Amino acid sequence: MKFGVIVFPGSNCDHDAYHVISKHVGQPVDFIWHRDTDLRSYDAVIIPGGFSYGDYLRAGALARFSPVMNSVKEFAAKGNLVLGICNGFQILCEAGLLPGALIRNRDLHFICDHVDVRVESTNTPFTHELKAGGVLRMPIAHADGNFVCDDGTLDELRREDRIVLRYCDRDGQATEAANPNGSRDNIAGICNRERNVMGLMPHPERACEDLLGSSDGRDVFRSLAGTLATAV
Amino acid sequence: MKAKVFVTLKPSVLDPQGKAIKHSIELLGYNGISDIRQGKYFEIAIEGQQTAEQAREETMRMAHDVLSNPIIEDFRVEIEE
Repeated sequence: MKFGVIVFPGSNCDHDAYHVISKHVGQPVDFIWHRDTDLRSYDAVIIPGGFSYGDYLRAGALARFSPVMNSVKEFAAKGNLVLGICNGFQILCEAGLLPGALIRNRDLHFICDHVDVRVESTNTPFTHELKAGGVLRMPIAHADGNFVCDDGTLDELRREDRIVLRYCDRDGQATEAANPNGSRDNIAGICNRERNVMGLMPHPERACEDLLGSSDGRDVFRSLAGTLATAV
Repeated sequence: MKAKVFVTLKPSVLDPQGKAIKHSIELLGYNGISDIRQGKYFEIAIEGQQTAEQAREETMRMAHDVLSNPIIEDFRVEIEE
């Protein structure tokens, strides 16, 4: 099983993702420069956090036109696994691989904090080893994490069990007070209809060691690796 | 020829920046402002022998595909000869 971490100019969580895959998942992983287009040797691709193209125009808007993104679309269409974290989530939305959009946070601040999120769906390759309703503590670091979508899309996401994570309080209640950025329906992560593409604003790759305040993110990568192990 | 593109958030999308700007302007004593929405403005210099109509069509495509995100934004194009 082999992982790829895509690197855009301005990505800054690429090394964190690489570190987690090599150290905690214990699998081979490559950096993939955004001008490369050959993803044939990979089983899963991570689009990492950061500020691709300086967030010019809109967060994720320009990265979508990088050559690698056409390959990511084909890669995803074949059913391969794609995980977009933070800026990666924004890029997946801009590229149309996930519905909705991420706009400026409700209170305008850049938020750098640990938050709690509730596991809403374990029916994804990224969360099947998690406990449904369980609460994970992970950091967020974004100015544009406010998830918006129209009513029809929200209905569809709910009906199809595609809301994967919701912001919540320590007790697992998805209250307005526990919603850090104003996201619709407290949405912190969603997947596509085929369930092989997931985007989330919190950083599981920065929550894999107790020294960093939480190791809850490990289960996301364990799920991912578990899916690939059974598929191979 | 010059193309001007105005990108604005759809009315249904909240604009926290516009709200903060409105608040600051009101602190200066300006009253009677019911709403401020922040948008983006692009000036595109166009070379070549295109007609205004061709330039408009091309700019509309650019605005739809790149300059705006149709999920959250509307746009308007003006051509200046």
